[in-house]
Amino acid sequence: MMNDTNEVLAGTAVDPLEVQIAFRNFDFHYGSYHALKNINLEIFKRRVTAFIGPSGCGKSTLLRTINRMYDLYPEQRASGELLLDGDNILERSVDVNELRAKVGMVFQKPTPFPMSIYDNITFGVGLHERLNKGQLEERVEWALRKAALWDEVKDKLKQSGMSLSGGQQQRLCIARGIAVKPEVLLLDEPTSALDPISTMRVEELINELKEEFTIVIVTHNMQQAARISDYTAYMYLGELIEFGVTDQIFIKPGKKQTEDYITGRFG
Amino acid sequence: MTSPTPPHNSHFGDWLFANLTRLFAVLTLLTLIGILISLIVGSWPAIERFGFGFLTSGEWNPPMDRFGALIPVYGTLVTSLVALVIAVPVSFGIALFLTELSPPWLRRPLGTAIELLAAIPSIVYGMWGLLVFVPIFSQYVQPLLASTLGNVPLLGMLFTGAPLGIGILAASVILAIMIIPFIASVMRDVFEVTPPMLKESAYGVGATTWEVVWNVVWPYTRVGVVGGIMLGLGRALGETMAVTFLIGNMNVFTGVSLFLPGNSIASALANEFAEAESPIYTASLIELGLLLFVITFIVLSLSKLLLLRMNRQEGTRT
Amino acid sequence: MTLYQRRRLVNQLALGLSLAAMVFGLFWLGWILFTVIDLGISGLSLRLFTEMTPPPGSSEGGLINAIVGSLIMVGLATAIGTPVGIMAGIYLAEYGRNTWLGSATRFINDILLSAPSIIIGLFVYAVYVAQVGKFSGFAGVLALALIVVPVVIRTTENMLQLVPNSLREAAFALGAPKWAVILQVTLRASAAGVVTGILLAVARISGETAPLLFTALSSQFWSVNLNEPMANLPVTIFKFAMSPFKDWQELAWAGVFLITLGVLGLNIATRVVFREKHKL
Repeated sequence: MMNDTNEVLAGTAVDPLEVQIAFRNFDFHYGSYHALKNINLEIFKRRVTAFIGPSGCGKSTLLRTINRMYDLYPEQRASGELLLDGDNILERSVDVNELRAKVGMVFQKPTPFPMSIYDNITFGVGLHERLNKGQLEERVEWALRKAALWDEVKDKLKQSGMSLSGGQQQRLCIARGIAVKPEVLLLDEPTSALDPISTMRVEELINELKEEFTIVIVTHNMQQAARISDYTAYMYLGELIEFGVTDQIFIKPGKKQTEDYITGRFG
Repeated sequence: MTSPTPPHNSHFGDWLFANLTRLFAVLTLLTLIGILISLIVGSWPAIERFGFGFLTSGEWNPPMDRFGALIPVYGTLVTSLVALVIAVPVSFGIALFLTELSPPWLRRPLGTAIELLAAIPSIVYGMWGLLVFVPIFSQYVQPLLASTLGNVPLLGMLFTGAPLGIGILAASVILAIMIIPFIASVMRDVFEVTPPMLKESAYGVGATTWEVVWNVVWPYTRVGVVGGIMLGLGRALGETMAVTFLIGNMNVFTGVSLFLPGNSIASALANEFAEAESPIYTASLIELGLLLFVITFIVLSLSKLLLLRMNRQEGTRT
Repeated sequence: MTLYQRRRLVNQLALGLSLAAMVFGLFWLGWILFTVIDLGISGLSLRLFTEMTPPPGSSEGGLINAIVGSLIMVGLATAIGTPVGIMAGIYLAEYGRNTWLGSATRFINDILLSAPSIIIGLFVYAVYVAQVGKFSGFAGVLALALIVVPVVIRTTENMLQLVPNSLREAAFALGAPKWAVILQVTLRASAAGVVTGILLAVARISGETAPLLFTALSSQFWSVNLNEPMANLPVTIFKFAMSPFKDWQELAWAGVFLITLGVLGLNIATRVVFREKHKL
């Protein structure tokens, strides 16, 4: 089912390939509907991994299991193993709030909180760390710089987060997610609601961020996946069809199904 | 994260908060039960003394400690019914106007104006009713009604007698004005929920506006409309101040004419409770309150159930 | 007459009647407001706010003790009822959407919302006044608070439900516990609407007379002691309006004018403010 990834790219000596997230015999149900079937997949540290596939293939569902977002909805259940740095995060004993400090998420639609830009950023930080005012201000600047938003908002930190443009709001959400210093960033179609210029900015951002964070991105835009990701997973009807180095998948995919999707024969 | 972590502080905070909110929700339920129990307990002496006869006795004799609910219940029911007779067609007309006739820019201000009628406190209605409406009512309207409707066989019995102004009819008219905004609002809301496609199909075969409303909108919204009417009824049954000012506060039954003064449960309570001396007097009044509570509870529950059914049909929430 | 002509006639008749109904409704609103303003304004004077209600026999006086008493009772009732209502509203919107307790509470709450306020007064009489042995301002506060709670529950629940789930998920995704998501994000996002609900509750209880009739009673003296009967505007108006004295009736009209001004003012203001906030 899965390409032997180590054979494809052994990684460099400076930044060796490490597995951060691993799905083993992983299944997911919405009520009685079997949404994800026997997923076996590894996601590497400090690389960008893209989930692609036609509508309804389960890529967003799969993404949202990594931070146990499905916990909010009682009819949704996961089974099997989902390892983060070796620990199975599906177990009941896991503190979900601490998990989410380690695994951040940015959503499709920008969702700034109804507070000032400053408070938006410090909201998450305050949940997990005790910082004094000076440290908080540093963190806010750091996060906004990393999200390439600092110059645009540094004079209006007290203004409402909702007063920014769409692209700026999304970068604010990214800054907010980074501010808690997670190890993994989950991006669920982060640019599909944005104009082309904002999209470009966010993609540049992702390229920079991957030096510090492990990034998993769901996108229905194949060109975007080809542009920014190191690894790509192609999914169809709840199954993982193929996984490999992005260039490989897009130039010479191993499976016909993958090839059909990539060349636009359907979806 | 290698070993099971001990409960984080936030887990306790979550447990506390969730149960705190749950507590306040339960308190709401308990309030209703509490009202029922306290009314039963308070009226027990009267229940014991009069039993079921309380409901059928028209006697209201404080010095002799003999009481019966017939007259106040009669007054409550008649005023509410007459109010509905007036309010329902008017509310239907208003809802029709707001949804079909009115130009879009006029819709919100007119709707607000009607809703303001609901916001006016009932004491304002009462005082205005007594000091402004009643003189005109007794001088012009009642004689007119007596000379026209009063001469119709059978129906005329309702419109005979001296034009005192105050009385059951005056109270009913003011009640009608008070409940129009409630009924009209619900009707308007359910009319608006009719799928445009349904109406357009009717317009498409050349139906007039009225025909669309009568043959498409009304059958579709029937359940909700009845729910709205019951809501208005529930409000009318319990209305106190306006009725107290206008109904005449007479505890003797002298005839079926609407021109006559009477009493309602609410107005009896308003007028007599603070001065009721003997325990059985107080208990009888509380039993009246219990009756009113039970009647309005049933009517309001029916209204709610009908409106919920309408929503289920729609998949939305009012 | 052809079929078509008859149909058109019926249509025009029906629409004409509906216009007449609209005018009918507006006519009463106009008449009432006009009278209230006309008779109320002529009774307005500085005396209203500086002198107390006149005792039986005298006619000179004002309404200041009644005004102050009402302000105190309305303020306290709102302060007590609002937190209860908001918490229960939070339960309904955030925890109880599919539970039997949630459905039952929602149902019962809607009934309490439309229940006769005189019954509420009777309830407070039975459980408080009768036990304590006397009428008091505090009993009036309790009765009014019981009217505030259902209004606040309804509006809080409705406003919270309008907040999109994506906002909640974004807060959860940062590792926030549920209570923090609700208090710091969801409730904040619906703040304008919740405040509107509170103001509407204030407007509602400002004019309520029946629940005060056998709880707070009224008083012709200056009273800020919650343990004694307390002067209030609605019951004072009731007494004065039913009296045969012209001066008392004038005072009653002035009182009615004040209450109507306040109540309608609040209603209109909340609509305008709410629409502004939601234009965003």
